[in-house]
Amino acid sequence: MEGLYAFCVGILTACGIFLTMRGRSFSVVVGLTLLSYAVNLFLFASGRLKLDAAAVLGQSENYSDPLPQALVLTAIVIGFAMTAFAVILAMRARADLGNDHVDGRLPSSIETRKSGKQGGQR
Amino acid sequence: MQHLAILPIILPLLTGALLLLPPFSTTLARQRAIGVASFALQIVVAAILLMQTHNEGTTQYILGNWQAPFGIVLVADSMSTLLVLLCVFLAFCAHLYGCAGDDKEGAYFHPLFMFQVMGINGAFLTGDIFNLFVFFEILLIASYALLIHGGGKQKTQATVHYVILNLVGSSIFLFGLGILYGTLGTLNMADMAAKVGSLEGSNAILAKIGASMLLVVFGLKAALLPLHFWLPRTYASASAPVAAIFAIMTKVGIYSIFRVHIMIFGDDAGELANIAQTWLWPLSLLTICIGTVGIFAAPTLKLLVANMVVLSAGSLLVCAALQSEVATGAALYYLLHSTVVTAGLFLLADIIAKQRGKAEDRFVRSKALKQPIFLGIGFAVGAVAIIGMPPLSGFVGKILILQAAQSTAEMIWVWPIMLISSLAALITLSRAGTTLFWRHSGGVQDDAPEASYVQLLAVFLLMAASPLLALFGGSVVEIAQTAAHTLHDPNLSVLPLLPSIQSGGVQ
Repeated sequence: MEGLYAFCVGILTACGIFLTMRGRSFSVVVGLTLLSYAVNLFLFASGRLKLDAAAVLGQSENYSDPLPQALVLTAIVIGFAMTAFAVILAMRARADLGNDHVDGRLPSSIETRKSGKQGGQR
Repeated sequence: MQHLAILPIILPLLTGALLLLPPFSTTLARQRAIGVASFALQIVVAAILLMQTHNEGTTQYILGNWQAPFGIVLVADSMSTLLVLLCVFLAFCAHLYGCAGDDKEGAYFHPLFMFQVMGINGAFLTGDIFNLFVFFEILLIASYALLIHGGGKQKTQATVHYVILNLVGSSIFLFGLGILYGTLGTLNMADMAAKVGSLEGSNAILAKIGASMLLVVFGLKAALLPLHFWLPRTYASASAPVAAIFAIMTKVGIYSIFRVHIMIFGDDAGELANIAQTWLWPLSLLTICIGTVGIFAAPTLKLLVANMVVLSAGSLLVCAALQSEVATGAALYYLLHSTVVTAGLFLLADIIAKQRGKAEDRFVRSKALKQPIFLGIGFAVGAVAIIGMPPLSGFVGKILILQAAQSTAEMIWVWPIMLISSLAALITLSRAGTTLFWRHSGGVQDDAPEASYVQLLAVFLLMAASPLLALFGGSVVEIAQTAAHTLHDPNLSVLPLLPSIQSGGVQ
């Protein structure tokens, strides 16, 4: 179980990092979402994985650590709000800047601008 | 007062919520009045809190009365209360400046400002590392909205980078926290410091990975070299009061490095002792170098000041790398000085940019300024302070840092780099001042807005802090040294906070 769990978290993290490094804001937002899923699963596992163990004392022989579950709840809420903000910001940037590249301009237009005029922009 | 420690968090939270409700949300005048009154009250509270901790030592505020390592605690020691006082003073001045008209440019300026201050104060006061993350998120989400306040292409573009970087940073923060909780089994910082020494073998390696991840996150906030590229443009594009309050945001990262990598992973951490130092040494010195290059390259005053922030962050991180009580005390003094002065310069740059018409704050010839005398004196005071020339606070701060480098090996690295960066600041700021104030084409721009008295008062308060810090240097340094002593001595910073280890702890 641990191996499979670790594998899933690893795949999610890898996909998240790959997508965050893309140039378009849509894939970056999806990447951030995947990364936050990976984080949530990882935090959950920091209290060790146990089967048939409620986070309540005295109900069963085994019990699991309740603290990571509380931490995951907080992390989910914060991650969700931040993703919503990132989506709105990406839409705003698309409207303000006229394209969905994270740098605010497409790589091709940077090259033409460089050959056109040097410096002078802030 | 028993509940004093939580007031710096509760007050801005309640004020912010109050400002969103009908009688205040409709008119700006009421929001301004309530905001100024609230910050004035917070300054009083923070000052009383500082005096109380100075007299009675570290106090712990136990939320919900759950016993220390299990419940959530706030810790008011000399260091955190000093920084809280700095934060609310800075917020008061920046907010005052914002009241002169910048708050009209977008909605919810005042509530967001309150939440920003709540997040910063909380990050300083918390004694629980997960709550540090939560307060980081509070201050970040307020800063995202404040950064884009006013709108415009430049701000949107800077905000996109800032938000994405910080969201990735938050993920890394949580990974680090997860690893540390998995190995240490606690999130209370004092308890972590007590337990980290007993780690060995694979657990120690895991904890080392976690601590390094935290260093990456704090380095991102503090503008440590490879992670600082977002800073100059973000700060330069923010509106003036927002840039001023952002001056303390890098210091939150630096404070966290002091808390986590000196208090928890410090000298007494067994196998994990001083793990951050190997990284901090070269990177902090290189940060100073890149800041120096940045101030030479900056084409505008705002970018110049933003690069000054990078430079001062580098100087503070050098103190963290020096890892001694004296260095921490020096860092605290320098932190107070550099925060108020850079914030003042950001406000000044905005007034100058508004009075120079199309040239804004670019270093080119343009029309003369409308109020050259006040702005000139303000700029001169700020420049002398940030360069580190006598008689102002920058001189005292830099001397303290230079003195903190004790062994020859440390001196060889720290002294030349610090001194050359000061020389560079001297050259660039003289060039900037000459161009902005003296190289003009005679006539004054007629329709240029004159800075209002409120704006001038805000700048004056921030700039006056520098001579005052120098004048009362003795007592300020004494407080800073006490704070450093508390941080470095586990008998003062760790054991009193854990009643289960030592009975009769402070409550």
